[in-house]
Amino acid sequence: MALVLDQDQALLRSTATQFARERLPVANLRRLRDTGDATGFDRDAWREMADLGWTGMLIPEPLGGNGFGHFGLGLVLEALGRTLAASPLLSTVVLSGTALTHASDAEPARNLLRQIAAGETVLALAHEEHPRHRPLAIATTARRDGEGYVLNGRKRFVIDGHVAETLLVVARTAGADDDPRGLSLFLLDGATPGISRHRLSLADSRNSADVQLSDVRVDRTALLGEAGAAGPVLERVLDVGRILLSAEMLGAAQQAFETTLEYLKQRQQFGVPIGSFQALQHRAVQMYTEIELARSVLHAALTALDEDGGADVPRQATVCKACVNDTFHLVSNEAVQMHGGIGMTDQVDVGLYLKRARVAEATLGTAAFHRERYATLQGF
Amino acid sequence: MSELDRFRDDVRAWIAANYPPSLREPLRVDSPDTPWGGRKTRYANPDVQVWMDRMAAKGWSTPEWQPEHGGAGLTPEHARVLREELAAAGCRPPVISFGLMMLAPVLHEFASEEQRRHFLPPIARGEIRWCQGYSEPGAGSDLAGLKTRAEDLGDHYLVNGQKIWTSYADQADWIFCLVRTNPESKHGGISFLLIDMASPGIEVRPIQLISGKSPFCEVFLTDVRVPKQNLVGKPGEGWKIAKRLLQHERASISTHLQTGLGGSPAGRPLAELARSYAGERDGRIADAHLRDAVARHEMRSEAIALTLRRVQEESGKQGPSALSSITKSLGAQHNKDKHELMVEILSLAGTAWDGAPFTDEEVEVCRQWLRSKGNSIEGGTSEIQTNIVAKQVLGLPD
Ligand SMILES: Cc1cc2nc3c(=O)[nH]c(=O)nc-3n(C[C@H](O)[C@H](O)[C@H](O)COP(=O)(O)OP(=O)(O)OC[C@H]3O[C@@H](n4cnc5c(N)ncnc54)[C@H](O)[C@@H]3O)c2cc1C
Repeated sequence: MALVLDQDQALLRSTATQFARERLPVANLRRLRDTGDATGFDRDAWREMADLGWTGMLIPEPLGGNGFGHFGLGLVLEALGRTLAASPLLSTVVLSGTALTHASDAEPARNLLRQIAAGETVLALAHEEHPRHRPLAIATTARRDGEGYVLNGRKRFVIDGHVAETLLVVARTAGADDDPRGLSLFLLDGATPGISRHRLSLADSRNSADVQLSDVRVDRTALLGEAGAAGPVLERVLDVGRILLSAEMLGAAQQAFETTLEYLKQRQQFGVPIGSFQALQHRAVQMYTEIELARSVLHAALTALDEDGGADVPRQATVCKACVNDTFHLVSNEAVQMHGGIGMTDQVDVGLYLKRARVAEATLGTAAFHRERYATLQGF
Repeated sequence: MSELDRFRDDVRAWIAANYPPSLREPLRVDSPDTPWGGRKTRYANPDVQVWMDRMAAKGWSTPEWQPEHGGAGLTPEHARVLREELAAAGCRPPVISFGLMMLAPVLHEFASEEQRRHFLPPIARGEIRWCQGYSEPGAGSDLAGLKTRAEDLGDHYLVNGQKIWTSYADQADWIFCLVRTNPESKHGGISFLLIDMASPGIEVRPIQLISGKSPFCEVFLTDVRVPKQNLVGKPGEGWKIAKRLLQHERASISTHLQTGLGGSPAGRPLAELARSYAGERDGRIADAHLRDAVARHEMRSEAIALTLRRVQEESGKQGPSALSSITKSLGAQHNKDKHELMVEILSLAGTAWDGAPFTDEEVEVCRQWLRSKGNSIEGGTSEIQTNIVAKQVLGLPD
C-alpha cells in the first residue's frame, strides 16, 4: 500500500491546491454567503473542474471518465477543503456517481454517469431523514401503483438537494424502520410533481436542503436495480462518501492548523511571539500529531477503495471518519482559541473552519457513531 | 534459480535444523527469556542461549556488519532475505540489548577501527551486556548539566561521580558513560567513555520501582581508573555522540512501544478481556462505555501503526522523516492508555499485586500498568520531546 504520494499524485495535488487558492479562495464562500447566492456554488468554477477531469475520476473511460480513482479525487477534495471551496463534487461525483455505478448498469444510469463525467449535471442523494446519522432509519415509502410507484416521505439535510436536476431517493419498498432489507433506490427528475424542496441555512453556508415527497408518481424505469436490493449499495455509497468527505475535512483541518501556526509566530504579547509560550507550543504539537495520524488513516482508506476488492472498506471508512472527525474537532476549536478575540470575529477565517467542521463531523456519522460501528464490524 | 533464491533455500533449511522448538511461542513483554546477553544474565529456558550462540556463529545476529565486527558481511538484499525467513519461521531475535540498539550505531559512526574491532563483536554475539550512564541526580532533562568528572591523568582517566536510573546496571558488564572532561564548557566539556563495570571503585545499588521490580540502579563511581583508549571520539565530542545515541534509543523505544498496539500481557485482545470481565449482552461487550473505549483504542492503534509504516516508507524514499520525532511520545502515550484501559476493564482485579486467587495475567496487568508510566519519562520525557518538535518541526520560536 502506498502511504506516500507518487509523482503523478504530487502533481495533481499541487494543481488542485493552486486551483483552490486562485479560483475558489475562502473569499468565494463569503461572497456566496453574503450575496445569498441561490445556487450555493460557482458554476463557472464547476465547469473548469470538469475540464480538469475531476468530475470523471471515479468513472471508467468508456463512459467518458478517466478512472484516476478515489486516491486522486481524495487529493483534489483535500485541496479544495483547504479553502472551504463549495462544489457539487461530493453530492454528484462521490455519492450519486457511486450509487449509479453500483446500483445499475442499465442505460439511464450509464447516461447519467456520462453527464456527470462531463460536468453537465448536478445530482443529489436524498437519503437521511434525521439530524443524526441513522442510515437505515428510512420511513419514506415507495408503494406499487399499477406499473409504477408512488413515493411519500421527507428527506432531510440533502447535500445540494435544492439545485440538483436529478434526485436519487432511498425509499422503502418493504420492511420497517431500521431494517436494511426492503430499501430501494429511485431516480427522480427534480421537476416531478409532488416534490418540494427547501434550502436549509446551516452554519457552514454550504448547500443542504429538505426534500418533501408527496404522492410522487413515477414509472417502473425510475427504479434503479432490483426492488429491495439497495441496502448493500447504500452501504458502499456511504463508505465512499465518508472517506472522501474525510479528505475534504483533513484539508480544512490542515489549513486551519497552518493559519494558526502562522499566527503563533507573528502575534506578539509580553514583547514576544505568543508561539514562544510552551503551553501553546505543546498544543500545537498535539494538533500536528493528530493531523499526521489522520493523514495516514485517510491514505490507507483511499488506497483500500482503489485496490481492495471491498472487503475491508467498511472498517477503513469507519476508522477514517472517526479519526478525521476528532482531528478536525480539536483543530477547529484550538484555532479559534489561539487567535484570541479576533478568532471570534467574522472577519478572520478560523470561524468558518469551525462551522464547516461541525457540519462535516455530523454528516455521514459522528465519531461516536463510528466507534459503535467499528465495534459491530469487529464483533464486539 | 538465482543466487538470492538459493540463499533463501539455504537459510530456510538452516533455520529448520537449528531453531530450538522450545522457542516457538512468541517472546512476551518483560519475559525472563529476553535475550539480553552478557555474563550475568540467566534465562528460564536454556535454549535462549543456544539460539544466541548458533546465530552468533553464523554472524547472523548482525548480518550486515563486517565479519571482523562480528557480522556476516551480507549485502542488504541478502540480509533482507534472512530477516524475511526468520520472521516467516516465527524466530525470536537472538539478541536484544542496549549494546545493539544504542551503542553499536554510534561505535560504527564515531569509534576508531581498533575500538570497533574490540567492542562490536561481543555485542553482536551477546557476550557483553551494556548499560547507559547518562542521567545523574542533578541532570535529567537538562542532561548536559551532568557533573561526573573524568580527570586526565596521562594514560588514564580518573572518574568520580554518580549516575542514576541506570537500567540494568546490576546485570551489565560494561557501561557507556557521559563524563565531564572540561568544567568550563557546558555542552563542549562532555566526553563519551566506555567503562568496565568490574573496575575497582564502582558500586551499584538497585532502586525499587512502583511496580515492585528493580530494573534500574544508582551507580557510584569513586576514583575509577579508565584507560584512555576507552574514550570514543575526541575529548569534548561527547555531546554530539550522546545526542546521536538518543536518536537511536528513541527509535528503538518507538518500535518497542508498538507492543501498545497489541493485547493483554497474556496476549488476549482487549475486546476479549472486556467481554470476560464486563460480561456479554447479545454477543457484545455488555458495558457500552467499555465498548466505546476499546473501539477508540483499537482505532488509534491502527492510526499509529499506519503512521509508523508511513515513517518507514518516507524515510525509505526521502531520508529521515520529520514524523519520526513524534512517534516516541505518541507510542508512549498510547501504551500508557492501553494499560489504563486494561486496569479499568479488570477493575479491582486490575490492582492485583500478588498471589492467589489472582491469575498471572491479572498481576501482570497491574505491574505493567505501573511500569508503563515510565514510557513518557525514559529516553527523554514527552515534554522534552514535544519541545523539540515545536521548535524543530513546527519552527516555533524560543
Ligand atoms: C524506566 C526508566 C528507565 C531509564 N533508564 C535510564 C538509563 O538506562 N540510563 C539513563 O541514563 N537514564 C535512564 N532513565 C532516566 C531518564 O532519562 C530521566 O528520568 C529523564 O530524562 C528525566 O529526567 P529526570 O528524571 O531528572 O526528570 P526532570 O528532568 O527533573 O523532569 C521532571 C518533570 O519536569 C519536566 N520538565 C523538565 N524540563 C522541562 C522543560 N524544559 N519543559 C517542560 N517540562 C520540563 C519533565 O518533562 C518531567 O515531567 C530512565 C528513566 C526511566 C523512567
